[in-house]
Amino acid sequence: MAVDRLSLDIPDRSITVLVGPSGCGKTTTLRMINRMVEPSEGTILLDGQDIQQQPVNTLRRSMGYVIQNAGLFQHRTIVDNIATVPRMLGWGKDKARARARELMERVGLDGALAKRYPYQLSGGQQQRVGVARALAADPPVLLMDEPFSAVDPVVRKGLQDELLRIQAELGKTIVFVTHDIDEAVKLGTMVAVMRTGGHLAQFAPPAELLSDPADAFVEDFLGADRGIRRLSFFPATGLELLTGPIVAVDATAEQVAARDTAGAPYLLVTDQEGRPLGWSEPGELTAGNIRQAELLPYGRPFVAGTDSLRSALDCAVLSPTGWAVAVDAEGRTAGVVSQQTIGEAIRGAHAERRASDRAAERPQAGKDSRVAR
Amino acid sequence: MNLLHFINAFFSDSAHWHGYDGIPTRVGEHIEYTLEALALAAAIGLPVGLITGHTGRGGNALSLIATAGRALPTFGLLVLMTLLLGFGLVNVMIPLVILAVPPILVTTYEAMRSVDPSPVDAARGMGMSEAGVLFQVELPAALPLILSGLRSGAIQIVSTATIAAYVSLGGLGRYIVDGLYQRNYEKVVGGATLVAGLALVTLAVFWALTRFAVSAGVRRSG
Repeated sequence: MAVDRLSLDIPDRSITVLVGPSGCGKTTTLRMINRMVEPSEGTILLDGQDIQQQPVNTLRRSMGYVIQNAGLFQHRTIVDNIATVPRMLGWGKDKARARARELMERVGLDGALAKRYPYQLSGGQQQRVGVARALAADPPVLLMDEPFSAVDPVVRKGLQDELLRIQAELGKTIVFVTHDIDEAVKLGTMVAVMRTGGHLAQFAPPAELLSDPADAFVEDFLGADRGIRRLSFFPATGLELLTGPIVAVDATAEQVAARDTAGAPYLLVTDQEGRPLGWSEPGELTAGNIRQAELLPYGRPFVAGTDSLRSALDCAVLSPTGWAVAVDAEGRTAGVVSQQTIGEAIRGAHAERRASDRAAERPQAGKDSRVAR
Repeated sequence: MNLLHFINAFFSDSAHWHGYDGIPTRVGEHIEYTLEALALAAAIGLPVGLITGHTGRGGNALSLIATAGRALPTFGLLVLMTLLLGFGLVNVMIPLVILAVPPILVTTYEAMRSVDPSPVDAARGMGMSEAGVLFQVELPAALPLILSGLRSGAIQIVSTATIAAYVSLGGLGRYIVDGLYQRNYEKVVGGATLVAGLALVTLAVFWALTRFAVSAGVRRSG
């Protein structure tokens, strides 16, 4: 049996990710929602209505469906691929094509591709067409079956960011299947971890999944560095940044000497605009003659306002000095922070999260559909 | 006396260009038999191939029938039919149709089976009807192979329709049969050359048909 007595409340207007090892029944579960697989028993309710009650093709046309490798129609142009469902719903050709062009823009596809055929597009572009095609008739529900599994990691990250952006604009009820826990944690509002036989191991928001895995299976599936990954959910905004140990590359001897006492073992040298160049021990800096090649690398800076504690910690770990460099959106140095300070911030954030969890139970998301077997 | 000489002699004889035994008449008859047999074979092979290929059922039975059809000797069948039914066009059509159905049927079935399953899954998931999946998704993708099956069938019919002459019908086989009987090798070679030419024309027609009917997206990606 692929899926056995699964009961799941999928919240409205958010992304629910079904994740688990292969053979855990996640795809079967998804395909039961649009009746590509008929359950042998149990019911699936959509907005309180049993999905068995309406004609199967009417149901499917009200749900977007995105699959791995996009599954585009090779004989149709991109614009006609996207216009498929509107045409099935009886829209006129011009109206359907106009809608398709609108969607190409929405998913970040160049309008010049409209008259091309699928074979002329890259895998990532094809998958964008797949998403556009699923959105064409503006369905309230979107079913996505490992849509980004077949593209390379860089393209996949781009597609994930794009999906989050589109979701922020459209607010669909998305059910997303993946075997990649990182993808699940990144995209999911709620994540359902499934184990073989379609049993639900845990259903929780990603941060809770990482902090409180329900059992050894979930913990094992999350992988070794779940503590680090969980830091993605803590913003780095609370970090106390030091601006003392920073000198410009054209600083005078007095300025270098004044910085010497700022409380850090190293000085960060920046260019005239404030962009970081590298670290130096204070004694080795000669004003007016700072050789950039001799500076220690500063690793990869994090953006002070938007990045998470995970990025900040990563920067500090990458930096040979153990200090992370924070920059603003334009790449100008905002300050520096030590591993020790980041560590304290992490402990503080954990304590704060525990306190707020105790104060109020997480509000339950609205009930929308229920999968049972 | 060589081949080219025969060909030259046959085609330069003005008597061969008109009358009821002239080249235009015989070519016309040959094309008529071919089109009739091909239409009948396609009427049988295409729907059966499309439906079995679409549903994926009956593949084994199909290959059995196809093998049996291929094993039937065309000429023997013609003689048998004539003995059973007397002289007539039907006797010629039956062996020609039986000859052309296997390539059309088997290729159509295989073409439908080899269509990439993911667009089909996507189409179903979008709520396309089964007929829609067959005609709007599978058929356009399978069309190049299906046309190649029809082409094989057509070429076989063109080459074999000469047998019509054995049972007193027309067509280009007339020249071959009569030529052999009259020991007029000029006529035999001329008839054979016309059959070969017609086969080449058939190839050209199918090439043009493929250009016209198959989507650029399928032609280039396939």
